[in-house]
Amino acid sequence: MLRRFRLEEPESVKEASELLARHGEAARIYAGGTELLLAMKEGLVQYERLINVKKIPGLDQVKLENSTIRIGALPTHTNLEEDPVLKQKLPAFVQMEHNVANVRVRAVGTLGGNLCFAEPHADPGTVLMVLGAKLVAEKASAKREIPAEQFFVDAYETCLEADELLTDIRIPAMPERAGAAYLKFGYLERPSVGVGLFIDWDQGDTIADARIAVGCAGPRPKRVAEAEELLKRKSTKEAASALARAGEVAARAADAIGDLHGSAEYKEHIVGVLLKRAFQQISQQRSSKSQR
Amino acid sequence: MAEGRLKAEQRQFIPVTFTLNGKPQEIQVEPHELLIDVIRNRFGFTGTKRSCDVQVCGACTVLVDGRPLSSCTFLAFEARGRDVLTIEGLAQNGKLHPLQQAFIEHGGFQCGFCTPGMILAAKSLLDQNANPTRQEIIHFMDGNICRCTGYKKILESIQAAAKTLRQRGSRV
Repeated sequence: MLRRFRLEEPESVKEASELLARHGEAARIYAGGTELLLAMKEGLVQYERLINVKKIPGLDQVKLENSTIRIGALPTHTNLEEDPVLKQKLPAFVQMEHNVANVRVRAVGTLGGNLCFAEPHADPGTVLMVLGAKLVAEKASAKREIPAEQFFVDAYETCLEADELLTDIRIPAMPERAGAAYLKFGYLERPSVGVGLFIDWDQGDTIADARIAVGCAGPRPKRVAEAEELLKRKSTKEAASALARAGEVAARAADAIGDLHGSAEYKEHIVGVLLKRAFQQISQQRSSKSQR
Repeated sequence: MAEGRLKAEQRQFIPVTFTLNGKPQEIQVEPHELLIDVIRNRFGFTGTKRSCDVQVCGACTVLVDGRPLSSCTFLAFEARGRDVLTIEGLAQNGKLHPLQQAFIEHGGFQCGFCTPGMILAAKSLLDQNANPTRQEIIHFMDGNICRCTGYKKILESIQAAAKTLRQRGSRV
């Protein structure tokens, strides 16, 4: 059962930020509500006011601007899995959105809400990290860009200030030779482990850039630079043989927690398995692309 | 603020004009009211079932603007200006929808508790995709849980209804 609350419906980011500043911890931003309302129904959190941001114009757009894809905070997961620009430019992101939770949650839950709620067993943060995304936070008087890997502070905790709103997610277009993948595994409603991988090649067969992120296993998704270094400047074949080691490093960095979704050791093992599969998937896509 | 501490005069009411099962409706709701309660308690459409209450099982599925969502975790005021369909709105002029007919003919249920949600989710799928593959049906229906029959007969029911709807469509 939900307790009574008041609803505020600001029509600008400035107005929403001022409401947050005025009401402090007694108020919370509400978008899709798929996670927030669950926590409120359980009585885990209580708010005097919810601030519905869906009346603020312009936050539900997906746009390609020069070589950056700009996603507003408010498209639902369904909007994103069906978006023609994203399908063309960021297939790995679309694939992730296609598999978030279930069809009903995807129809209502928003990308921005998912990120701001910072539930540890969520998919988008991990993918955004390997895609090199920046998150735009805005308040009444200022605006800043936050690299995805700095956004998550802890379980259910982001670096947003009390009166800041997430307004935009900016993702650089994929370089021509690059590939990305996000794979997850779990046997409950939410994933036990999610692994994101981005690989870019130079003109030959050398890996020019690699990004690895691990999510769900620990309190927050994480980029793992140390594991990335093991793949960079390697040939595809050399990188493939360094994957086991990279998986171990990534697993250790994930701060895996033993819980209902599996023991810490189990999750660490799965990190390695998913990293190998993600690499295989990207390499296969690359070779089928070069054959065309 | 705990419930009860908001005095009656402070209560907020939101006018909601929407369509429910094809009929225009105008009601007032408080912000915290959930769509499932409004549908069941004010309109008496009890085909919408509350079960897990956490958007996992799909028993409370309704279609809003043609998309399935969990009415147990959807605020009623969000129905403003939208088109809501429950299982009671599916039959037309006393004639069952092909999905309802197929679930009966193929034994797509036992206790029936999950069935309204199953049928509504499947309707949304077939409205978007008249000829889904087995895999597409499984992916779409992944969030609707049945604890009696297993899923084979449900899958067969949806495939049969899809066929009926396609044949009907090609006749028009």
